[in-house]
Amino acid sequence: MSMNTPSKLEKVFKSGHIAVTSECGPPRGSDPEAVTSKGAMIKDHVDAVNITDNQTAMTRMSSLAACIHLKQMGLEPILQMVTRDRNRVALQSDILGAASFDINNVLCLSGDHQSFGDCAQGQNVHDLDSMQLVQTVRHMRDEGKFLGGDDIKRPPNMFVGAAANPFADPFEIRVPRLAKKIACGAEFIQTQCIYNIAKFEEWMRRVRERGLHEKVFIMAGMTPMKSAPMAKFMKNRVPGMDVPDEIIDRLAGVEKKKQAQEGIDICVEHIQRLKEVEGIAGFHVMAIEWEEKVPEIVERSGLYPRPEV
Amino acid sequence: MIVADKKPIEEIIETVKPYDRILVLGCNECVTVCEAGGKKEVEVLASALRMHFIQQGSKKNFDERTLERQCDHEYLEEIRDIMDNYDAVLSLACGVGVQFMAEKYHTTPLIPGVNTCFLGATEKRGLWTERCQACGSCVLAHTAGICPISRCAKRVMNGPCGGSTGGKCEINKDVDCAWQLIIDRLRDLDRMDEYEIVTPIKDWSTERAGGPRTVAREDVQV
Repeated sequence: MSMNTPSKLEKVFKSGHIAVTSECGPPRGSDPEAVTSKGAMIKDHVDAVNITDNQTAMTRMSSLAACIHLKQMGLEPILQMVTRDRNRVALQSDILGAASFDINNVLCLSGDHQSFGDCAQGQNVHDLDSMQLVQTVRHMRDEGKFLGGDDIKRPPNMFVGAAANPFADPFEIRVPRLAKKIACGAEFIQTQCIYNIAKFEEWMRRVRERGLHEKVFIMAGMTPMKSAPMAKFMKNRVPGMDVPDEIIDRLAGVEKKKQAQEGIDICVEHIQRLKEVEGIAGFHVMAIEWEEKVPEIVERSGLYPRPEV
Repeated sequence: MIVADKKPIEEIIETVKPYDRILVLGCNECVTVCEAGGKKEVEVLASALRMHFIQQGSKKNFDERTLERQCDHEYLEEIRDIMDNYDAVLSLACGVGVQFMAEKYHTTPLIPGVNTCFLGATEKRGLWTERCQACGSCVLAHTAGICPISRCAKRVMNGPCGGSTGGKCEINKDVDCAWQLIIDRLRDLDRMDEYEIVTPIKDWSTERAGGPRTVAREDVQV
């Protein structure tokens, strides 16, 4: 087994296991307990945890600081970095800062537009885009150099990920776009939340047609719905989200207090179905502000216990 | 062209208040085409201001003039002999014209009458849209003639981002996704294979990031 980095996530993939990751959103405050309590809920049920970077452009505790809290309690953090708020100086600097704490995974994103958040009147940066950030981390790691060309003393040693949205438009470039991210150096992919299973399977068929599943580890993004109104909100209000009516109808078809459980059931069924799809290397379970449900989803999906690697 | 929009009349009223003799100065170039600062807009604005201050019982004089260009020394010289008649100039030129006026008439207070918005074009009467951010290093040859810097909300060089839905941008359903337009045109040009060429990290030093810019052309200097 040839490892590129000391990342536990990389090792899980390369040992042939289906990987499981989850996500923690840092708090809108400075209480470390808000991070560590979420970490404690999912610690034994995931291989690594994404820490979001000011998601939906709402100002929060920094992803890097939250990663350090989780690292110190023995979790494997995945540092999410968006290109919205930092230029290439700050991004490279934070990559080194993360590497100094042996944070071994990074997920490169462009980030939601700031107009969605609490600083709609702020500037955005976008000095790099998400693909160029992937290139940057790989350049720093593999060449041991800054973008400016100087040598890095103790280069960062990070396993590099990117996101893919199989449901955004135009559909015809969704697989070519994945190919581009792989060409830039992405080693793992986490997808947008999947609800339209048929469309996702079609995307995966096209991924396999080009052999891309053999070049990158693809993790299917799963988010359980808490209620029928949440499903409607996701369908109508969240950019790039594809929620079929049958999901909304199924949730709406059970009484209100049982809708959350129905949402968990749908999520487990989807994971079980997608486990059979060739080229799926793992699941990224994003239970948004519902981290306590991750263990149940992982266990019922037959993904527990997590392997020792 | 440079596209500008009228400033709210309330804001203009506040800024002209300290002065009694004001020259409302239009420009016959871009701001005329986008109907924000040409001869017609000078007339309308000067009339509105006169009416407002008469109602307030305040005696102010608003004269009207429109120059061929305010971003040109030659045309700005045309008003030198009348400048002593005014306490201030309310310029309806773009930010370039206002600043050129300020440099030329150093002791005359200047008030901008428009907001300078972007480099764009007239889609139809009354609708102007952005096309260029003057990055100083044109990429249009590689993006099917559609600019991701000015037309993508995240100026994504390798797009589209995950927020593109039904050809529209995640920030607003009225905004076209630039990358959808690029892809549509690549397809029509039968050049879809170019989509997978990764655009490298951009040198932004030719853009605002590099500080105030100058184009110096010795071959045409006299």
